[in-house]
Amino acid sequence: MNSNQIDQANIKIKKAESPWKRSLKDFYKKLVKNKSALVGGYLILILIIIAIIGPYLTSIDPDHTEYSVKLQGPSGEHWFGTDHHGRDIFTRVIHGLGITMFIGFTATILGSLAGVIIGIISGYYGGKIDSVIMRLMDILLAFPGILLALALVSILEPSRANVIYAISIFAIPTFARIVRGSTLATKNLEYIDAMKALGASDLRIISKHIFPNILSPIIVQMSLFIANAVLTASGLSFLGMGEQPPSPELGALLSDGRDFMWEAGHIALFPGLVIMLIVLAFNVFGDGLRDALDPKMNKK
Amino acid sequence: MFQFIVRRLIQLIPVLLGVSIIVFSLMHLTPGNPAQIIAGENAPKETIEQIENRLGLNDPIPVQYFNFVKDAVMLDFGSSWRTSLPVSEELWPKFWVTFELAVYSTIFSVFLGLIAGIISAVRQYSFADVGIMLVALFGLSMPNFWFGLMLMQWFSIKLGWLPPTGWGSPEQVILPVITLGTMGAAVVARMTRSSMLDVISQDYIRTARAKGLKERVVIYRHALKNALIPVVTVIGLQFGSLLAGAVLTESVFAINGMGKLIIDRILARDFPVVQAAVLVIAVVFVFVNLIVDISYKFLNKRINMD
Amino acid sequence: MSQETILDIKDLRTSFLVEDFEVKAVDGVSFKLPKGKTIGIVGESGSGKSITAMSILQLLDKPGKIMGGEINFKGKDLTKLSEKEIQNIRGNEISMIFQEPMTSLNPVYTIGQQIRETLKVHQGLNKQNGTKKAIELLSLVGIPSPEQRVKQYPHELSGGMRQRVMIAMALACNPELLIADEPTTALDVTIQAQILELIKDLQKDLGMSVIMITHDMGVVAETCDYVAVMYGGKVVEYQDVKSIFKSPKHPYTVGLLNSIPRHDTDVDELEPIKGNVPSPKDMPVGCRFAPRCPFATELCEKELPSLDTQADGSEVRCWVYTDRWDGDPEVNVRESKRTAESE
Repeated sequence: MNSNQIDQANIKIKKAESPWKRSLKDFYKKLVKNKSALVGGYLILILIIIAIIGPYLTSIDPDHTEYSVKLQGPSGEHWFGTDHHGRDIFTRVIHGLGITMFIGFTATILGSLAGVIIGIISGYYGGKIDSVIMRLMDILLAFPGILLALALVSILEPSRANVIYAISIFAIPTFARIVRGSTLATKNLEYIDAMKALGASDLRIISKHIFPNILSPIIVQMSLFIANAVLTASGLSFLGMGEQPPSPELGALLSDGRDFMWEAGHIALFPGLVIMLIVLAFNVFGDGLRDALDPKMNKK
Repeated sequence: MFQFIVRRLIQLIPVLLGVSIIVFSLMHLTPGNPAQIIAGENAPKETIEQIENRLGLNDPIPVQYFNFVKDAVMLDFGSSWRTSLPVSEELWPKFWVTFELAVYSTIFSVFLGLIAGIISAVRQYSFADVGIMLVALFGLSMPNFWFGLMLMQWFSIKLGWLPPTGWGSPEQVILPVITLGTMGAAVVARMTRSSMLDVISQDYIRTARAKGLKERVVIYRHALKNALIPVVTVIGLQFGSLLAGAVLTESVFAINGMGKLIIDRILARDFPVVQAAVLVIAVVFVFVNLIVDISYKFLNKRINMD
Repeated sequence: MSQETILDIKDLRTSFLVEDFEVKAVDGVSFKLPKGKTIGIVGESGSGKSITAMSILQLLDKPGKIMGGEINFKGKDLTKLSEKEIQNIRGNEISMIFQEPMTSLNPVYTIGQQIRETLKVHQGLNKQNGTKKAIELLSLVGIPSPEQRVKQYPHELSGGMRQRVMIAMALACNPELLIADEPTTALDVTIQAQILELIKDLQKDLGMSVIMITHDMGVVAETCDYVAVMYGGKVVEYQDVKSIFKSPKHPYTVGLLNSIPRHDTDVDELEPIKGNVPSPKDMPVGCRFAPRCPFATELCEKELPSLDTQADGSEVRCWVYTDRWDGDPEVNVRESKRTAESE
């Protein structure tokens, strides 16, 4: 209750600012207020830093093979042990973290970009365009989970770029639907009508007034989708349909782990834990943010 | 109600058409000449031409698509490029394995998820609630193929309690179902909790208490039945993603289901089988969603009227 | 006052424990209800009247808790009962109906099922007898063709009909006390009158006692024998209904009366009470009503008056009626309208 009143007061004060600035500031305020969003955010930041700096800190080449130490368990020298080629798993995980996160980020950014544009067009213009687009999205949504990505990669040959394309196509309907809904809700606000009456162009209305308003749900969805994309990408690699050897992508590391399950159980343990950590971070961040942004949830 | 079902069925037509077009394009966008793949690399030109004619590969694309749909409706997906067996003959036994796996996993996730979600909601902010929600968060964030590997390592390799691979005997079912069902259980638990919390704050729950009912009756008879309505949607969606998620689980436990079939045949470039398997999963998913939609509408009718 | 007392509430205190601090929603409420009579508890929203009602049956929402006091019902202190014992009283000896008939019935069960449930819990009636009784109850509360209605779901009924169903459900076990929490607020004006009439008739026929929670002095005039006016979690005035309309004592009561149209006096315009109900989080130290009271003096702002019995038997919580009154000795609270304007 109290926070709502504060929010209302804030909106009044901020009317003079640009809608973009207001939207971002609002977003930041809500982010800081929600503890789990904050924890998730820090975790993501730490993971990104490790992914960027980590490879420079380890002097070992992730692809360096040393058969004399193959399939060794965790030790002071090899923190996560070694694999069947005697490669240091810790180094490979550090390198793999970056690859996996890169795929997750890029696919989500591409997919959300396409989804947002499609969703805004659908919601803003409505009518026939809207129903055609939404039917197309229904078609994409008919392929559950990993299936669409799998089917696409199977035509395109497995590679990093193709995994990214496949996951981003899989992202489009999710974003398009959410954005369409928010656009519809914003479009019907009175001040948008007033803007139109004053002769503002569609592009101006969309970029200055509609987009800032739908920014928050997009960011929430992006966070939740990155979690999803990381799971899908590592799953594809695990199946041999994504990153190819000797890439240290985390799912591909797990695939090695499966092959040596009997001799060296530790190979699969750590890459999986790191995948879980990434997914957890984005889930917590997205969940927290959604709770912070959703006034209905706030009441509880 | 009847009108609603008819309208939903009509809406299904463009979706099914679109799905069939995508699946049909799978084969036609793949590089390489199918006839060449079937005949082998060194086959003479005449053989290849013969195969091309038999498969109608020289017909205009729309004609080929029309024939594909016509046959697919009759569940005829042509024959495998690798084994020359009719695709449906290869597909169905594996479809039922995957279907079984998905059904058991759905039952597992609904059962576990509902119980956990109810406990969480009824004892909001208690240790049990915080614990369950934390476990659910981990369940949601775990790659299920990794979870499967870890289960296998403990219960099959270290303890030797359960067989590490295969499908059929009750012991073989346990690990794959836990692997596949855990994420679903987490989703159902979270959904049930928030739906229950929503319902518990409703006026009619206060009425039920004011009638002198036991708290247990209030929760299970009055709250749960209402709270389950939105959960139904999630369960339907879960079933679909479990069908697709089975691909990974089958790969972990070497289960001879449709998921493994898809992977094997993608690698072998046996596209009629891949095509048929993808199409079947998508169509099953579409129809499960339809059933969910209709039952949701039916369950929700009483509430939505006012 | 020689009648048998059915309910005797003494110094009831109910709070909401939010995080570290205690929000006192009901702060020392006492009143008595003679058997077969109706008491109105009147006040604006936030005065604590609904919380008082919820406290009686212990139906408070989560952070709410009874902190002290007694609720004596037929000699038993309800606050001392176990959960099981209070369950046996709810819907049986004491029933309650609520403000929102639209949402107070469970949407997934039929009317019949919901009425039968009460009968089964308290009287052990089986399905057949339960349905028979449910039909009787529905016709008792004036629902036409009850045989069909028992099979219907709440969404098939109008708001007024649903409130009748709620009343039927409340009456199922012949309760001795009915608590009606703003039973007509959510209904159309014409339906309001019908429901009030129904409650009054049923009370006469069944000999129930009634607690009528309302913010509407019109409802009070229509139905009540006694009135307790609540403000800021405390009772500020208690009188029988005739006297309260004839000679209201507390400035807040006068304000309430001035804010409704009356037939007997010729008032040009209605006067709302200025200001807002204080938030329970920062209650005034002195008289709760002081910040809005046209007569408030330094004393009022500093010290809380007690609820004192006057010569005519009424009880008032106001410094004006005490020896310590430090304001204009000639003040006439009933003329507050003019006084307020002249200021």
